[in-house]
Amino acid sequence: MEGQGVTADPQLQQFIEVESQKQRFQQLVHQMTEVCWDKCMDKPGPKLDSRTETCFVNCVERFIDTSQFILNRLEQTQRGKVSLSESMSD
Amino acid sequence: MDSFGSDFSSVSSGSGKVDTGTIMEQVKVQIAVANAQELLQRMTDKCFKKCIGKPGGTLDNSEQKCIAMCMDRYMDAWNTVSRAYNSRLQRERARI
Repeated sequence: MEGQGVTADPQLQQFIEVESQKQRFQQLVHQMTEVCWDKCMDKPGPKLDSRTETCFVNCVERFIDTSQFILNRLEQTQRGKVSLSESMSD
Repeated sequence: MDSFGSDFSSVSSGSGKVDTGTIMEQVKVQIAVANAQELLQRMTDKCFKKCIGKPGGTLDNSEQKCIAMCMDRYMDAWNTVSRAYNSRLQRERARI
């Protein structure tokens, strides 16, 4: 099955799996920080005030909600349209 | 980019077999560098937009102060987002 004839080192495989997951987490943190910065940050002050911090927390929650909502809705509408698109592609 | 390949070939040369621990260490370092670059790039972009209204002849004192403050707040924001996302993941895992 292994195309390159490489024997997978289980230790390395697990390492890559864990690091990939960490990286997906970090990437989303980068992305959400950027998006929420535009939404929540006025003029950067001497400290992050609690109102702004709450905004960031809510922003993260709603961003994930939005992502899940879109995914669910697409899934639903796709399911409804399968028969339609099948007949249209003919 | 070719330093990526040469880094690994230098590891494998000699013993003939690449040590897993060495690979993992190098990958970790490269990930850390990539993350620092990502943060630096986004931070520069955001703080430039916040602090430099009309680019003048120099980066004046008030602009430098603004950038310094902006950097600290960006790090605060990054950490807040990281914590919020982490607790969200924890909650979703507990629900399943």
